[in-house]
Amino acid sequence: MNVAETPFEFVTVSYLTRIGNQSAGTLAELLTGLEHCSDASIFHHTFQTLGSHHFLTEGFSNDFAQWVLSDTNRNDLAEQLAALDIRDYVSIAALRSDLCRVVADYCMTYPHFASQSALERFYFCESVEVTVPLGRNARTLDEFRQGIALLSHAGFYFHFISSRLRLQLRTNDFSHWLADGLGLRTLAESVNNIDIYTNTLDSTRAKLLRLIDRERRKA
Amino acid sequence: MSEVLALGRIPLDDYAELLGAGEIEELRALATPLLGRSIQMVNSTAVGGGVAEILTRLVPLAEELDLNIKWEVMSGGEDFFEVTKAFHNALHGAPYHASQKDFDIFLAYNEKNRQRLPLDAEFVVIHDPQPAALIEARKPGANHWVWRCHIDLSHPNRTVWDFLEQFVSKYDGAMFSSPEFSRQLPIPQYLFYPAIDPLSEKNCELEQEFIGQVLARYGIDSQRTILTQISRFDRLKDPVGVIRAYRIVKRYFDCQLVLAGGSASDDPEGAVVLKEVLREADGDPDIKVLELPAWAPLEVNALQRASTIVLQKSLREGFGLTVSEALWKKKPVVASAVGGIPIQIIHKHTGLLSHSVEGTAYQIRFLLSHPEIAAKLGEHGHEHVKENFLITQKLKRYLTLLLTLARGS
Repeated sequence: MNVAETPFEFVTVSYLTRIGNQSAGTLAELLTGLEHCSDASIFHHTFQTLGSHHFLTEGFSNDFAQWVLSDTNRNDLAEQLAALDIRDYVSIAALRSDLCRVVADYCMTYPHFASQSALERFYFCESVEVTVPLGRNARTLDEFRQGIALLSHAGFYFHFISSRLRLQLRTNDFSHWLADGLGLRTLAESVNNIDIYTNTLDSTRAKLLRLIDRERRKA
Repeated sequence: MSEVLALGRIPLDDYAELLGAGEIEELRALATPLLGRSIQMVNSTAVGGGVAEILTRLVPLAEELDLNIKWEVMSGGEDFFEVTKAFHNALHGAPYHASQKDFDIFLAYNEKNRQRLPLDAEFVVIHDPQPAALIEARKPGANHWVWRCHIDLSHPNRTVWDFLEQFVSKYDGAMFSSPEFSRQLPIPQYLFYPAIDPLSEKNCELEQEFIGQVLARYGIDSQRTILTQISRFDRLKDPVGVIRAYRIVKRYFDCQLVLAGGSASDDPEGAVVLKEVLREADGDPDIKVLELPAWAPLEVNALQRASTIVLQKSLREGFGLTVSEALWKKKPVVASAVGGIPIQIIHKHTGLLSHSVEGTAYQIRFLLSHPEIAAKLGEHGHEHVKENFLITQKLKRYLTLLLTLARGS
């Protein structure tokens, strides 16, 4: 059995939501907010919201898309915003730029909708992140499997979703360690290909564990 | 001597079955850096009211994590509580002419409590406006103070808010139940949701037999569709609007309506609204208007669990935790998009939002026509509550806040 030189350290994360000073009552105001809000705010409404709504799979992608759909009734714009896949981004700046582009294009094409009042206002918030070690680590695939099975939703989210920004790579902590620590590149890639938009965190974890079990049977 | 409340033990592991062992492990990990550091919760009442109800559960759970936490209650005379009740209503937007005497009474009792309470913990959490001026006891740089506001400050009486703001601005942070309820302040503001306890009598699992007994007691037919709204008899909860929505639904679906709330006997306005409700019901045998004694938590639980759809058609709302109670029981919910309800109901994901009598009726009919969608909304609603609105999540939020304060963010 492969033993990694550098162990995988399991940590967990908790977020405080800080209420920002901006809000939007129209699509034009949403665009202004997107241009000026903090990086922590873009993170909160895209990456973090995916973690806190991990049980939704159909049609929920980020807070901006959800607000556009339910409070401005602009299904076409909502669809475009929902289609922005956070796995394509390793920086908040790039994600912000695309969010702004999509909303700006829409406002330019449909100026009468840009100033139409929404049913409810959108409030820009920020995530304040606190991470703590769980005091567990893994050097083998067996220990790794055991650790993943025990993780809370937040811990799983931290390693599988928000890690992309931390690593600045198009991968996640699990795949990164499987490839670099254990040399299991094919397994790492399969894990990275699990679709977080069409799976809940629970079903993502179940798929990941099945992939690991298949690998263990090979050994 | 200050009044330090001693509370019964609530084993944290009792929650592991509902939440998973990983969630409990996470709470312990977050608490570890806080071990040996002192925390003080201060509010104005030991029993009655939502804050006391939350602290009664939250403090023992924090103790389960071996945290050094104390809950202290400020003291005050009748004159103080009359003034703070008027402040409370004024902060909610009710008309009020504050006099200098009112402010003097408020300040005098806060001063007395500053002398009486040992406000020397590393983290001091002050709940609501009544003890807000205790912040004057803080020695510069000595400890961390945060203010938890449980009320809606979106449209406050200016005079009362200007008076309170001078104290609130001195805290290290303030927590509100919704971004909508917050104010522009020079200190960080955080979102702290109210919470339900899944093991309390109002939310715990019930035997089917007990639920059947409750239905039988009130003449409700368990074999037919049951629409329910649980809330006090208050015009802002729009019980008359609920009946009108029910009548529209009734044209297409056989159904019963249950309107259950606390007894109106000690609430003069509630008694008037109850009369209006009975008049609107007009003797319809399928409308059950129930006055429950002291909110009878087990009966409320049973009625929610027996419901086909739960409604919360409020015209104005605080957070509206009855929505979370229903979602926890996996019930499809149709509710107004007011106050904290849209935080709990993510439209078309964890329930359906409405904006009128007709809209409410339409959403009910839609769910009755599509029971599979209703079931899915209920499932997602349950998960949403599990992730955001349980007492254990509230504890996690507090731990995160204290860690954030400690590291100086």
